[in-house]
Amino acid sequence: MDTRFLMMQLAYLLSAVLFILGLKRLSHPDTARGGNQLAAIGMLIAVVATLVGGEIVTWQWIIGGLLIGTVVGGLMARLVKMTAMPQMVGLFNGFGGLASGLVAAAEYLRYSMGVAGTSHVPLDASLSIMLGTLIGAVTFSGSLVAFGKLQGIVTEKAVKFPGQQALNAGLFLGILALMGWLIYETPLAIAAADAGTVNLAYWGLWGAAMLLGILLVIPIGGADMPVVVSLLNSYSGLAASAAGFVLNNNVLIISGALVGASGLILTRIMCKAMNRSLANVIFGSFGQTAGKGPVAKGEKRTMADVNDVQADDVAMLLAYAKQVVIVPGYGLAVAQAQHKLRELCDNLESRGVNVKYVVHPVAGRMPGHMNVLLAEANVPYNQLYEPEDVNPDMANVDACLVVGANDVVNPAARDDPNSDLYGMPIIEVDRAKHCVVMKRSLNPGFAGLDNELFYLRNTMMLFGDAGDSIGRILEEVKQL
Amino acid sequence: MTATMPDILVNVIIFVLAMFVGFEVITKVPPTLHTPLMSGSNAISGISIVGALLIAGMGEGMMFDIVGMVAVIAATINVVGGFMVTDRMLRMFRRDTDTN
Repeated sequence: MDTRFLMMQLAYLLSAVLFILGLKRLSHPDTARGGNQLAAIGMLIAVVATLVGGEIVTWQWIIGGLLIGTVVGGLMARLVKMTAMPQMVGLFNGFGGLASGLVAAAEYLRYSMGVAGTSHVPLDASLSIMLGTLIGAVTFSGSLVAFGKLQGIVTEKAVKFPGQQALNAGLFLGILALMGWLIYETPLAIAAADAGTVNLAYWGLWGAAMLLGILLVIPIGGADMPVVVSLLNSYSGLAASAAGFVLNNNVLIISGALVGASGLILTRIMCKAMNRSLANVIFGSFGQTAGKGPVAKGEKRTMADVNDVQADDVAMLLAYAKQVVIVPGYGLAVAQAQHKLRELCDNLESRGVNVKYVVHPVAGRMPGHMNVLLAEANVPYNQLYEPEDVNPDMANVDACLVVGANDVVNPAARDDPNSDLYGMPIIEVDRAKHCVVMKRSLNPGFAGLDNELFYLRNTMMLFGDAGDSIGRILEEVKQL
Repeated sequence: MTATMPDILVNVIIFVLAMFVGFEVITKVPPTLHTPLMSGSNAISGISIVGALLIAGMGEGMMFDIVGMVAVIAATINVVGGFMVTDRMLRMFRRDTDTN
């Protein structure tokens, strides 16, 4: 083994170690930033090792690609709004999948066009190439659809049509058949020095795999986006691993597996937070049976049934409370009201009110999204609590303020076995002494279900834009 | 006995062990860090950049140049954007005691 190759492999090992240490640190708040930097250094080492140790013949494409990628990626990272983080991470997932898939494509073309100089394609090589192509292409197109849904370009609703499952299954079987054909036919085509047909079929495989990615993501609705983004994150890791199988490159296999594992862990956390299985998210028809909750059994509720209050009532309640719990939801971020909310909470705290923010794991559009949005508004992370930290003491809470959240505070999830939400862990704001819900209207939430909470005796509804409402409450509190 | 293991078997062993390392290393992540963990690990999945660079530098004709350069661009966006945006988020996180 020549020394250059050995040094390159050792550098890759160092990168893999830095990725592992980096990920470990990323899972603790105090060390997270250092962990991310450690992982970035690991990546730099891998890139430099490849440029020095790999057999690079032409440089212009490399330099051009690195420059363009750095400028585009850097600008996106600097300019993206924190509310748009989920779609950007979705897009990055897609780019990762595309790169991994193209690595498999180049390896295929190397064989089929005779560059590899042999008509013998080992079975493990061709299997890896096919698998790498499939995962990469599905990750790429699936991520683009997820991006489109989160950005509002593609409808956020679950797109369903009759025979959808059968179509997906048929397409998948067709893809497997095409792969089998390619594995069998490619060596023959190389021997005959005629790669035209197999190359065309190979790009057809790309098209079919990308169609599958689209079809897998369009039936998933807005409420389930945190699960989808996590799952695609895991896929992008598996795609990198598959590319590692193609190149027999350990650092790709290891790093891809690490990312695959972390994506799966987050996917599981999200599923648990919604009390649903992964299969149910991917194939289920969530929110399609709206209206079979307790409301449907009785009369349709209207505005007359709610306790409609004004900002000064809420200000009075909050200012003289001992313990206040804030439940922020994505609606808060849409209204860009998180800064005003923090101002209100600071004011309350200066009056001796104890304020806690309780964030549900699926609040926002991706795992932990709400925590990032609150961090941006300068809320310290040790003021943020998880539902299970606060629920046991809820009866002692004087006032809950629900801002832009809906399904995660729906008591039907706890009480009504007929509800689609049943079994999902919620923040039990209905058990507090008072609960104020800020909302634009009585419209149902993401899951499309009515919320019994709005009609409870200890619930006050404050209608209007969250930003305006919080502003008015703040003015009133200041005058008290 | 000096039978050597086929590459794919070695690769599968490494893959399975690395998955376990991933599960063990990450396990309990506080919700505060879910988003940065995702964007940071996402940047790591841009490791395909290594393969992309090899293709783009192969010098085997236009088809490979194009595929390679597109792969390098995509992977670089993933890597640079992912690490930078993660750092931007983590800079915002602070404890109560850091106030002022």
